[in-house]
Amino acid sequence: MTEAKPTEAKATEASAMSSRLRRVLGEPWIGPLVALLVVYAMFAVVTPDTFLRGVALEMMARHTVVVAFCSVGMTLVIIQGGIDLSVGSVVALVTVVTASLLRSGYSPAVAALGAVLAGALCGALNGALVAGLKITPFIVTLGTMSALRGLAKGFAGEQKIDADAGALEKLMLRDPDSALPFPPGVFLAIVVALFGAALLAYSRFGRHIVATGSSPATARLCGISIPRVTIVTYTLAGLLAGIAGMMEFSTLTVGDPTDSIGLELEVIAAVVIGGGSLFGGQGSVAGSVLGAMLMTVIATGATHVGIANWIQEILTGAIIVVAVTVDRMRHR
Amino acid sequence: MTDPVEADGATHAPLLSVDRVAKSYGATAALKNATFTAIEGEVHAVMGENGAGKSTMLGILAGLVRSDHGTVTLGGVHYAPRSAADARKFGVAIVPQEPTLCDHLNVAENVTLGIEPVSSGFVRAEEAQRRCKAALAPLGVDIDPTRRASDLTPAERQLVCIGRALAQSKVRVLILDEPTSSLTMAEAERVLDAVRALADSGLCVLYVSHTLGEVVRVADAYTVLRNGETVRSGSMKGVEVADLTEMLLGHPAEARVRAPREKGERVLSVRELTGVKLPAGASFELHRGEIFGVFGLVGSGRTELVRAIYGLDRVVRGEVHIGSSASTRSTPAHRLHEGIGMVSEDRKGEGLALTMSVADNLTLSKLESISSGGIVSPNAQGTAARDLITRLQIRCAGPDAPVGSLSGGNQQKVAIGRLLHQNANVLLLDEPTRGIDIGSREQLYDLSIDLAAKQKAIVWISTQPAELLAVCDRIAVMRRGVLGAPRDVTDWSEQLLLQEAAA
Repeated sequence: MTEAKPTEAKATEASAMSSRLRRVLGEPWIGPLVALLVVYAMFAVVTPDTFLRGVALEMMARHTVVVAFCSVGMTLVIIQGGIDLSVGSVVALVTVVTASLLRSGYSPAVAALGAVLAGALCGALNGALVAGLKITPFIVTLGTMSALRGLAKGFAGEQKIDADAGALEKLMLRDPDSALPFPPGVFLAIVVALFGAALLAYSRFGRHIVATGSSPATARLCGISIPRVTIVTYTLAGLLAGIAGMMEFSTLTVGDPTDSIGLELEVIAAVVIGGGSLFGGQGSVAGSVLGAMLMTVIATGATHVGIANWIQEILTGAIIVVAVTVDRMRHR
Repeated sequence: MTDPVEADGATHAPLLSVDRVAKSYGATAALKNATFTAIEGEVHAVMGENGAGKSTMLGILAGLVRSDHGTVTLGGVHYAPRSAADARKFGVAIVPQEPTLCDHLNVAENVTLGIEPVSSGFVRAEEAQRRCKAALAPLGVDIDPTRRASDLTPAERQLVCIGRALAQSKVRVLILDEPTSSLTMAEAERVLDAVRALADSGLCVLYVSHTLGEVVRVADAYTVLRNGETVRSGSMKGVEVADLTEMLLGHPAEARVRAPREKGERVLSVRELTGVKLPAGASFELHRGEIFGVFGLVGSGRTELVRAIYGLDRVVRGEVHIGSSASTRSTPAHRLHEGIGMVSEDRKGEGLALTMSVADNLTLSKLESISSGGIVSPNAQGTAARDLITRLQIRCAGPDAPVGSLSGGNQQKVAIGRLLHQNANVLLLDEPTRGIDIGSREQLYDLSIDLAAKQKAIVWISTQPAELLAVCDRIAVMRRGVLGAPRDVTDWSEQLLLQEAAA
């Protein structure tokens, strides 16, 4: 290499650069990132006085937190080859559990633990049913979506549960005196997303999740226990939905059994926009979180500009279909 | 019963006459000179090894492929169908190898699919059932038209498919492509009886089969293709299985003489192993430093044998001993731990996770050795993968390339490389050379012989006699779920293998 002429060295350097560039451009989260930047820039140009201010940024970050937590879990589930339609119901149930624990006099720490545990239990139930009954996850979680929603309503006596949120309220509330631009919940979401991405990329269990979704027969041939992978993946997703429920409670400060109806579709949309394939084996946590942010930016921006709600919904729908179409074309 | 060829052949002109038909794909001649004649009321067997040009010729007759040269006449008229629908108009129908029925519809609905009798837009179910019965009548079978397709036995499914072909158009020539390949012996008998009845009703049946015993029993005439040419065509009268075998191979095959390897201790012993359907009581022993060949036709249970050993399929009866300890019922994870590895015959569906990288696929069965504390080390994985890529000469863009982007031969090297990564002592290779190029094939032969020399033990399943004779120390033939007595490779020849498999 030292003998190489300057022009050759430059050429190899350039080809190494271009191959690295090509690899980065091949990453599944590039598409949603570009879309997010373009859409954000568009709104920033149209309404600079609101969109370029920190307050708007903070508000959008806060709005994304619940979907972001859930979409990290959903990414794992979808890559594993499954789907979880019960997240909205789990989030509602968790707000009820959290409020009930607080009202019964437990400390916020215990309530938080209870929230996460309740979510994880719901996820474990989903996983056990999918693995044990060998029924498609769509049907299983369609069932638990309804059942857990019912459980939340029964548990709450079909009404909202008021409780003193105490320290939990601070999770989603930025301290005005703090130097930090976001409330703790946003940072926690970032940490969890990084953890989820690392799990997928570097852990043995992450390889097992991808392999199970990519080709269950191959995973089995390689000695991977598919029931175990399934149960653990859904439990993790439930646990993350539990954290999301805690954040939702922090925002609402009541336990609401009718909260988060339709959240599962938003979460699935985020994963799909982020490059996740419903056939399994493909997706990225970064892409999903960017997908979640993209949807928040569109909703917020459209409201600022004064676009009617029904047009926003059409826009979101179009973006889901366009995102997936572009993704397919890139992989051809 | 008189011989139909002699009784009718003298008075009737041939119904179907194929004269010097040829077809090339680019520089490859798939069919060079196919010539034969077939008459009404006969079962005409069409035989040939894989690549002999059988499917090309049938494709030409069924309107799926256009020929380059030669002429075909049907009932004295020039016949060159442009499509399958066109061929059906002439009265030529083909029933594919695997029955394709809509499981949720009943028999009558399947038979009349696309030609449903209707009155003012509504299907007349009773008329459909009547037509279904009429279509099945020449087969000499009586299947209740209201039964759901999913409730049918494999033989009945095949019969319903034939009935559907008969109902869809006025058929004069019916092409059956290996109709008994996935059936048990008793079920095959039922289909053979129906084929005979069909011919006796006046149809010309072109019958493709690898099971030579069947052909001898059912066919009136035969045509053998080899390397794209008709080598022999004539009456089946007086023709034996051994004659057909020699015609198919083109020579009385000779066994290769090879230096015997040193045989080590016993590593695997299988006794009377029985699965849900297959195998049906298979036994064998495997020693270190040995390549044990299993030859068998499609549906003989060779794949099911290794799947049951590896813990992928349920074992109903029998015993498996690994080393000296009994361990009959198991899981793939447990087998991996015991030092057993398997290469699947279904490379794309099971052997490899196509969307994952070469490195992931190579190391997936033993990530422990390249990770610590549950975290996979990208460096260790890359090193392990690069070693195998070099050793097996896998041609790919690098360890990170998706395995789906590789050629078939290189994909198969990845599937086998995985067994090397997990350092398996017993390698179960199910059709390891299926669909790969000759170069990769030779490399796999050399690799296996090298592994055996290093005291690994290999079970090699194949449908290619020549390949088994080239690499194996001992070979046993699987037939209807049972493994015949293993014999030293020097005691086998291609002819003997084919004969025993088809007997």
